[in-house]
Amino acid sequence: MANYEVFEYDVLVIGAGGSGLRAVIGAREKGASVGVVTKSLLGKAHTVMAEGGAAAALGNYDKEDNWKVHFRDTMRGGKFLNNWRTVEIFAKEAPDRILELERYGAVFDRTPEGLISQRAFGGHAYRRLAHVGDRTGLELIRTLQDHAVRLGMEVHMETTLTRLLKDGDRIIGAVGYRRGDGSIVIFRGKAVVLATGGWGRMFRYTSNSWESTGDGLVMAYEAGAVLKDVEFMQFHPTGMIWPPGMRGVLVTEGVRGEGGILRNSKGERFMFNHVPEFYRAETAETPEEAARWVEDKKNNRRPPELLPRDVVARAIYKEVKEGRGSEHGGVYLDISHKGEAYIKKKLPSMYDQFLHLGDVDITKQPMEVYPTVHYAMGGVDTEPEECKTSLRGLFACGEVACGLHGANRLGGNSLTDLLVFGRRAGEAAAEFAKTEGHPETPMDQVEEEVELLMRPLQGGDGENPYTIQSELQEAMQEGAMIARTEESLKQTLDKILELQRRANDIRVAGSPAFNPGWNAARDTLYMLISSELIVRAALERKESRGSHWRLDYPNEDEFWSKHNITVRKGENGEPVIEPRPVPEMPEELKKILEEGA
Amino acid sequence: MAKTITLRVFRGDANGGTTQDFRVETFPGMVVLDAIHVIQKEQDPSLACRWNCKAAKCGSCSAEVNGMPRLMCKTRVDALPTDKPIEVFPLKTFPVIKDLVTDVSWNYEVAKKIQGLTLADEGSKEPLRMQQIDVDRVQEFRKCIECFLCQNTCHILRDNERKDVFFGPRQMIRLASLEMHPLDVADRTQFLKEVAGVGACNITKCCTEVCPEHIQITDNGIIPLKERVADTYFDPVRKLLRWVGGRK
Ligand code: SF4
Ligand code: SF4
Ligand code: FES
Repeated sequence: MANYEVFEYDVLVIGAGGSGLRAVIGAREKGASVGVVTKSLLGKAHTVMAEGGAAAALGNYDKEDNWKVHFRDTMRGGKFLNNWRTVEIFAKEAPDRILELERYGAVFDRTPEGLISQRAFGGHAYRRLAHVGDRTGLELIRTLQDHAVRLGMEVHMETTLTRLLKDGDRIIGAVGYRRGDGSIVIFRGKAVVLATGGWGRMFRYTSNSWESTGDGLVMAYEAGAVLKDVEFMQFHPTGMIWPPGMRGVLVTEGVRGEGGILRNSKGERFMFNHVPEFYRAETAETPEEAARWVEDKKNNRRPPELLPRDVVARAIYKEVKEGRGSEHGGVYLDISHKGEAYIKKKLPSMYDQFLHLGDVDITKQPMEVYPTVHYAMGGVDTEPEECKTSLRGLFACGEVACGLHGANRLGGNSLTDLLVFGRRAGEAAAEFAKTEGHPETPMDQVEEEVELLMRPLQGGDGENPYTIQSELQEAMQEGAMIARTEESLKQTLDKILELQRRANDIRVAGSPAFNPGWNAARDTLYMLISSELIVRAALERKESRGSHWRLDYPNEDEFWSKHNITVRKGENGEPVIEPRPVPEMPEELKKILEEGA
Repeated sequence: MAKTITLRVFRGDANGGTTQDFRVETFPGMVVLDAIHVIQKEQDPSLACRWNCKAAKCGSCSAEVNGMPRLMCKTRVDALPTDKPIEVFPLKTFPVIKDLVTDVSWNYEVAKKIQGLTLADEGSKEPLRMQQIDVDRVQEFRKCIECFLCQNTCHILRDNERKDVFFGPRQMIRLASLEMHPLDVADRTQFLKEVAGVGACNITKCCTEVCPEHIQITDNGIIPLKERVADTYFDPVRKLLRWVGGRK
């Protein structure tokens, strides 16, 4: 048997984005020894991409705001499929988590009183997002990174974990490889926190990086964890569509928050034609009112461009489908009327991004945008108090976890999610570790994984992992993105199953040392399995709700309004898809929802 | 429209290496990182490079393009001369791991030594009060995406290889962001002088020139830090005045 390097910690954190780092801090404060494993360098995780801000009812501008309103907004945005208790904890703890971040060193934009400035965002009733220009995610991850370093953690950078290790029903660690030299490493944790982020790479238009392959989701699934809500993928309404290399890259919602207007090829401000009944009372009726709102939020209602993301994404899809799309198949987003000085001050990185990479001067010209896959609402089913998964010893937080967002996430809620539940997961894992030991490493599981990892390197001709990935992206984009039907989903599923068979024969050249091709081989398997689960759950949900839009079932359905879909691996390795009733909400929370209705 | 270009890419590892030419068909708006991805997908999947965001936000894809330290995801192919191959090399200041990937761990090691934000009311939960005008300069420094292009360019680290005496421009602006934080009470002047080596910088401003975030590293960060050190060591009265004046 080979001799692999082994590391041992009280708490093993997988992933060093916002939630992983906040978990590290939580666990360290409880005195646990902590190892954190990240596929990239420290501070590069997807959290840096978040632009808008972190939502918390601080009420620094709008005194009327409080946790109850934040609770209501989040539940409504999630179409009531959220776990109410998760949302309650979230809304209550959000302000503390933000304020504490400031004490770690974050420097948010200020109000005239010198407090944290808050910006308006889609789906939030009040100005609620703590922000730093349009680089809030960077501020957040750098702050957490520096603070976690200060508290002391062992960081394993550019190390990819590919399988969770089990002792009976308990998770006791993970195995994977170092990207640098390709050597196999074993990590033993008395408790394991899964903080691996989301998955979007299986779609062609995505704002996600190479890391978002679904590895964390699938690792948990393979180990037997219950997943939930995986049919809900968020399409950010405004991704870049041109030039080709920039396709999918995000155009922050901040552009619309600062007064950006969506137009079709006929020059119509089409969002006024797509306001759902549910939101009519709180949406501006005229372009004049919408324009006034940018300056005076108290006495005007918000522009229709700021309706929840699913509504805007669908509207754009329809405009393009009905022949009113822009030159490259999107719609126009225009902020140029706000003037050069304003734009450069409020949206500096957007200005830069378009000028240098898109050949568009957004102070003079409109941008071209189209929805892009952005966020996974579903994930590993996680209990609210301690972020426990269905497997003992495995905790989950951040995007890989599930419960907060329901059928659609509000912008700004994910950054705060990382803080609130990263902390809870880290602390709970540290507590759990106090009473548990390190069971022996199951070498049979390790060897099985090593065999799977090394298979593509055995030589000879075979499938190219990138070819399989692009075929998958094509199929998911066509059949499982914004607009879904039974037929499109079934076709996509067939394609996925075919690709899964072909993926057994992936072959790559070279050695395991920093070999992207070899890394992509294993990633492809995660992408294929997570895609299968997304599509199977999407087939099951025969209604339209939140981000899940079925052309063949265009309405909300009574049964599905009260059920989440769970996915787990069955006895014979087959995915078991089951509806599960949404937990009943206590009376006092129901009241909060009614108050706002 | 499509044009074919040649990329001359360093291939090798810690033991040295050579260059390899790849022909790539361009598309509109192509950046160097796109070209590298095309090579990986169609010609050689083992070509190693780092990237994450592809939007100049994460600072992973640093390399030397035609001798200039650049983010590959922000470097347009059509802005480079195409009558000769586009040369893509790893950062010179750090040891090569493979191809375009270098070992930048030194930067993380020295960062550990820097004392973080220190508040007078440590442990309190009160919201901080700071005016925008007082945090503007700190926010400039906090735009840093840790691409380490400045570290790569600074001649003290690059040519003189004096990583033992100087933490480099990236860590200088990290220190500046802490020192100039309106509510920070720590005094890092001795550390700046004796450990981080701010005195080693001779204000050539090469770091500022390559910063993709346009941070005025030298003028706004390093020079004020040098002044602090000078005040403490050579002009204690001025230091006192600064304290009394409430300008930390
Ligand atoms: S200004 Fe100082 S830090 Fe910057 S490159 Fe020159 S010597 Fe290095
Ligand atoms: S200061 Fe500028 S050049 Fe240096 S690491 Fe930060 S972003 Fe890069
Ligand atoms: S890939 Fe993130 S900066 Fe280039």
